[in-house]
Amino acid sequence: MSETLPRAAVGACLDAMPRHAPATRRRGGVIDESAPVQTALVAAAVGILALLVVLPLLAVFTEALRRGVGHYLESFADADTQAAIRLTLMVAGIAVPLNLVFGLAAAWAITKFEFVGKSLLVTLIDVPFSVSPVVSGLVFVLLFGAQGVFGEWLAAHDVQIVFAVPGLVLATVFVTVPFVARELIPLMQEQGTSEEEAALTLGASGLRTFLSVTLPNVKWALLYGVLLCNARAMGEFGAVSVVSGHVRGLTNTMPLHVEILYNEYNFVAAFAVASLLAGLALVTLVAKSILEWRGGDQLERSRRI
Amino acid sequence: MIPRMASVPVQAASGPMTGGPTLTSVPPIRLRRRSALPGFGPTLGFTVLYLSLVVLVPLAVLVLRASGLGLAGVWAVAMSPRVLAALQVSFGLSLAAATVNALLGPVVAWGLTRYHFPGRRLLDAIVDLPFALPTAVAGIALAAVWAPNGWIGGLLAPWGVQVAYTPLGIFVALVFIGLPFVVRTVQPVLADLDREIEEASATLGASRRQTVWRVVAPTVLPAVLTGFALAFGRAVGEYGSVIFIAGNMPFRSEIAPLLIVVRLEEFDYAGATAIATVMLGISFLMLLAVNLLQAWSRRRLGHV
Repeated sequence: MSETLPRAAVGACLDAMPRHAPATRRRGGVIDESAPVQTALVAAAVGILALLVVLPLLAVFTEALRRGVGHYLESFADADTQAAIRLTLMVAGIAVPLNLVFGLAAAWAITKFEFVGKSLLVTLIDVPFSVSPVVSGLVFVLLFGAQGVFGEWLAAHDVQIVFAVPGLVLATVFVTVPFVARELIPLMQEQGTSEEEAALTLGASGLRTFLSVTLPNVKWALLYGVLLCNARAMGEFGAVSVVSGHVRGLTNTMPLHVEILYNEYNFVAAFAVASLLAGLALVTLVAKSILEWRGGDQLERSRRI
Repeated sequence: MIPRMASVPVQAASGPMTGGPTLTSVPPIRLRRRSALPGFGPTLGFTVLYLSLVVLVPLAVLVLRASGLGLAGVWAVAMSPRVLAALQVSFGLSLAAATVNALLGPVVAWGLTRYHFPGRRLLDAIVDLPFALPTAVAGIALAAVWAPNGWIGGLLAPWGVQVAYTPLGIFVALVFIGLPFVVRTVQPVLADLDREIEEASATLGASRRQTVWRVVAPTVLPAVLTGFALAFGRAVGEYGSVIFIAGNMPFRSEIAPLLIVVRLEEFDYAGATAIATVMLGISFLMLLAVNLLQAWSRRRLGHV
């Protein structure tokens, strides 16, 4: 079999967060740039990141606190805002476990067995990354909307999917399908099957083998995938925007609520809700760094394939 | 390329990975090789079912709807002036933004990989922020920074340069979301670059500049191109971070994904489907390009 799974569209990883590489130690001598050039390059790197990335982050918190801490905290007393927070937690609470189970099942089938069509399957898993978020939402409107394939049937049976919570969950699941699977597949591929085979030979059941051999071997990569999956699930905007219908208090997730408040020129409240999401992003980055530190070996190997 | 632990055949039948000779006679073509591990049926069944329900069927419906319009129908929608303008805005600005990312990304990657300076690790973690920050938050934050009364927009306003609510704003947003793709694809290649090769180049009399251009640059190029393609692919479909800063004027600063949303709000499903199909077609071409690039750079470097 081929040594490398086509990480294919990892590719298209339109939202993935690759890990950072360790910096090389400095070695003096012929291959170092002169001091002014070094300073200029570091300044350029710092400047680019500060201007493009750090300033917008600071702007979120500055705008949220523009009229004082009191106003900022007041924004969260709003019932619709609280409903948006609850809905976001609920949608992520459904989508992430679903994709966790999917990721484990897909990785097990793909990495522990040989079968025809495997690389096609691996490529398919990454497809949602290469689809525009808006298109990801659109497909569910075409399926379940009033003019959709199942539209009449759903209307006759009084079931609402699009412009209701099920639609939000479906769209979120769609855009976050690849996250767990794409962390696990390269790693488990490299680990092979010998440890599991040894466990089975020693009399362990299949489930026991999975729980005591496979799972500990991939736990950091698994957590990593779940972390990224959750960040995307809670922050997704385009796909859920299309299927939401924007009913305040009912089908508004936090990112959608940010949009509504912003378009109503309620900037403090918009940035206040946004600051929660920015906080989530920062927590995600910190957790990501910790995982890279603790599970660096696993994550490094998963990156290499 | 990567040595894998030799797997030990446990049963009489061949081990799953060795593919060695077996005691039982193996028919020439089998859909899967035998394995000692349990759970193939259920896990593969679940995987295929789940993917079909969540990904394949919805996308198939899109394609089906589009085929209902016919190629001529899709073409007619794509060539209508407003759609054409939106596609031009999306693809043109995505191309420009990805190009800028391909220039800035290696500089950032170089600074973070080659030198040690205070705050380097923090800065390195910050690179991923555009990935981690929800797009709607990025959108309103970028609008705030680049608006005429914002931190950067305010500096540019006296010069008559308006960024937010113009196509330039779209460009800035697309540079923001694309930057990590180039940095993160280039970084590992730079880190793994065998510095002895650079030393060899230097001992053979090359100046530092020659070494960088003739030795380092060609090695890093495939990664830069992959990052470019990834950034471009992401930019074309980007919605959340763009619409707040774009101004969204039809024919001028309206991106294709936004036009899909507009069509949907008008209940023009056919129009939305046609635009989506064009975008989907182009993103699959991009996917193909990325895979080819990765295959190419794997051949050159051993891995991406």
